[in-house]
Amino acid sequence: MGEQAQILPGTLDLLILKAVSLGPLHGYGILLRIGQISGAALEIEQGALYPALFRLVRQGLLKAKWGTSENNRKAKFYELTASGRKRLREEEDGWNRLAAAMTAALSARPEEI
Amino acid sequence: MSLAASAYFRSLLSRFFRREDVAEEMEQELQAHIALRADDLERGGIPRGEAERRARIEFGARERYKEECHQATGGSRFEGLIKDVRYALRMLRKSPGFTLIAIGTLALGIGANAIVFSLLNALVLRPVNVPHGEQIYQIEQGRDRAPSQSYLDYIDLRDRNKSFDGLAAYEIDKVGLDIDGTPTQAFFFEASGNYFDVLGVKPYLGRFFHAEDEHGFNSAPYIVLSYATWQTRFHSDANIAGRVVRVNKFAYTVLGVAPEGFRGTELFFAPEFWAPMVDDEQLNGFNTLKARSNRGKWIVGRLRPGVTQAQAVADLNSVGAYLSKTYPSDDDGASFSLTKPGLVGDMLGAPVRAFVAGLMLLSGLILLAACANLGSLFSARAADRWREVALRLALGSTRGRILRQLLTEAVLVSLGGAAAGFAGSIVLLRWLSAWQPIPDIPINVPVNPDARTYGVAVLLALMSGVLFGIVPVRQVMRAHPYQAIKTGNNITAGVRRITLRDILLALQIAVCAVLVTASLVAVRGMVRSLHSSLGFNPSNAVQVNTDVDMGGYKPEQRAAMQRRLLDAVATIPGVSAAGYADRVPLNIGWSDSSVYSDSTTDFKPSNVAADANAYRVSPGYFEAAETALRAGRAITWNDTKDSPAVAVINQEFARKLFRSERNALGGHFKMWGQRFLVVGVVEDGKYRTLSEDPQPAVFVSIVQSPSSDTWLIVRSNRGTDELGPALERTLNGMNTGLPFIISTWDRELGTALFAARAASLALGVLGFLGAMLAVTGIFGLGAYTVSRRLRELGIRMALGAGKTQVLRAALGRVVRLLVVGSASGLLLGLAATRLLSFIVYQASPRDPIVLAGVVLTMMLLGLLAAWIPAMRALGADPVMLLREE
Repeated sequence: MGEQAQILPGTLDLLILKAVSLGPLHGYGILLRIGQISGAALEIEQGALYPALFRLVRQGLLKAKWGTSENNRKAKFYELTASGRKRLREEEDGWNRLAAAMTAALSARPEEI
Repeated sequence: MSLAASAYFRSLLSRFFRREDVAEEMEQELQAHIALRADDLERGGIPRGEAERRARIEFGARERYKEECHQATGGSRFEGLIKDVRYALRMLRKSPGFTLIAIGTLALGIGANAIVFSLLNALVLRPVNVPHGEQIYQIEQGRDRAPSQSYLDYIDLRDRNKSFDGLAAYEIDKVGLDIDGTPTQAFFFEASGNYFDVLGVKPYLGRFFHAEDEHGFNSAPYIVLSYATWQTRFHSDANIAGRVVRVNKFAYTVLGVAPEGFRGTELFFAPEFWAPMVDDEQLNGFNTLKARSNRGKWIVGRLRPGVTQAQAVADLNSVGAYLSKTYPSDDDGASFSLTKPGLVGDMLGAPVRAFVAGLMLLSGLILLAACANLGSLFSARAADRWREVALRLALGSTRGRILRQLLTEAVLVSLGGAAAGFAGSIVLLRWLSAWQPIPDIPINVPVNPDARTYGVAVLLALMSGVLFGIVPVRQVMRAHPYQAIKTGNNITAGVRRITLRDILLALQIAVCAVLVTASLVAVRGMVRSLHSSLGFNPSNAVQVNTDVDMGGYKPEQRAAMQRRLLDAVATIPGVSAAGYADRVPLNIGWSDSSVYSDSTTDFKPSNVAADANAYRVSPGYFEAAETALRAGRAITWNDTKDSPAVAVINQEFARKLFRSERNALGGHFKMWGQRFLVVGVVEDGKYRTLSEDPQPAVFVSIVQSPSSDTWLIVRSNRGTDELGPALERTLNGMNTGLPFIISTWDRELGTALFAARAASLALGVLGFLGAMLAVTGIFGLGAYTVSRRLRELGIRMALGAGKTQVLRAALGRVVRLLVVGSASGLLLGLAATRLLSFIVYQASPRDPIVLAGVVLTMMLLGLLAAWIPAMRALGADPVMLLREE
């Protein structure tokens, strides 16, 4: 359970939505994309991705269909639904506000008070 | 919201049915992931095999993620349940002994309940099988709640009441029915013309008779066949309507056939046909319809919609007031009440209902005992699975999950037990429904189970499953993984304390002791009633039953015909005595005759001195029946129509009317509007049932008071096996055209013993079940205690403990529980025996033999159950045991 504990609750869902918003991806592709866009700073245990994917599908934020990967393997591809896109925007705004607030808070110096 | 909910349910359902598909797809997706990852690794220069291995490792705990995926898709509840069931089945299969004992115990408990509930359902809950049967009520006399009414009173009630959509009268009777030349006895209903219309029954074939068919006495020579009779006696002849048969030699036309499910308005009695009551004289031999004092008809009616029972009774009583005023000599103080039909009003209804309710209570106790038994078994099992439970808790399972698991096991066991018990009870019920307890009379009890019975069985199963399933809850709640892993074996500290298991066992033993007490009281009453004086001796005597009217003889020929029969059988070799009577004691059906003191002139009901069982007997009857004459003389052939009417009375009659036997001789009393001279006194006997209190009885001369009913009693010193065929040859050789039923008196007596026998049998079976449960319960706990403490016992023996000490350590607790449970059960059982006294002969709770019997039985049961555990405890080998761990 060690690595997941490091990720803030809810951030995995946001990362998945963001990764998929750039184009339909299969599960492994999502992992690669997250690694790529986060500069390999965020690592997720591979299996832990799938419960999150199923949950997002059930919430109607993602839809899935079977397709063929670039190296000709059958795989399930995920893409955003309309409500998924809306949710991504909301979460991004929320995250940005939080991040800005945190950054401001943490960069405070004694003389500014 | 509702849309979302329905979508959710649809997805649940589709997932439930396509579960395998979903799992398959999930598996494929994960496989694809691993393959893609392996492809990448392979491109990085790692050999394919190693790449795949590494991909799998990187993926992590695949089964766990799959489980989480399932939960994420929302199918977890159903799948969880299925998993629980699968796991429970696996666990149960792992301990087949436990499973078998548990299922067997429950099968007994639930089977017993299913049977008793079927009885309750058939006899009490289910209305008479006619359209809207719940509207049908039976009218009883308000005073003594007897169902019998006179025909004339019936006519008045029928025409003057405002509360019923018709009142119908009926009566059980028998005739000689002649279909193809040989008359046989047939039991049937004499019914008022409106009978079928009031009940709302439609014919299966042909038509029924109606009120319009009645045009005075003997005006409607029609019969309606029951479905069963049509099948057996008329070979399902589709053209039966219009066929002429002979009933007591009179020509009657078959009108039609009743539907299959309709067997009249009495539950126990299946008539072979119905005939109009106006033909009473032809059917019965004499006309019982003309006298208001001649009560013997039963009345049912359909209550008008919107009329309450109380309103109907008030209405009937206003008719009663009219009757009482208009016919004071017969209907003085007439009043009426209503009851459920089907069991001869409250006459049979009240005891049957009380007895079935009592049985239901006892079988409920059986099930409770079974649940207590299983509760302690499950709790012992939960304790033994401590380690498993602790391990699962340590691995992250929740307590709720483990409880659900245990409960699933319990409910599975209870459903299995219910299925087994119910299968057994269906077999028994089929047999019971087909059983005809009394030879030659179409009496039986249709108790086939219906949907309600099935429902009750399932409900009982689930309830008991939950009941004993929750017993180990506290244990699981207290379970702590750390402690369990540390000590390996826990709760050694609780040995001295009274645990829930102890209480359950004591409770169960108490319940079983109640059952054993009840059944011993019943059996004892049965034995005692067999040894009580009957007032006659049924051994070595044969009865011949006939009715001389069935041969078409005129009333004035009766006496001569009966005398001919008597003379003929008296010549059979070996016959030592013979006589006849119009009825015999302890046969089915009876009638009271009102007896007045000699000084009475106003014969109204309130002046009755005694209600006596009256028998018309021939000379020689007392010798044939071996009824002892205590004073005076018997009836002789010198008592003729021209001499004064004489009577022989029993001791109780003498006490009631004359205060002593001495005073009685030469005294007079009045009965049937006649004056009788007492010439003799005979011993008291049993007349209606074995469990009755002493009853007054009077025997008058059948020559002076003729009757066509004939019961020949023939006593032989050559045994009844030889006598029966000889009687048959002699009687059939006489060409009288009469149907004869010949059987030994012992066999006929089965009738009188029926109720007591059935009750004793039922109580005996329940007592046996209770005893079985006590044995398994004691055995279970004993064996469990010994196996848990085997090591300790071994150490004790190694340290020099004697056999007594080891046994005391091993089983002392069980024995104490046995004593406490038995004692409290015995006390309860004795309190409950009062309830049995109405059906069991002289059911006395303070009978020393019963007390001793219960104590002895419980001790034996305890010994039996503790034997194997005790042997095992004594066989504990210290060296072996110490080496084991």
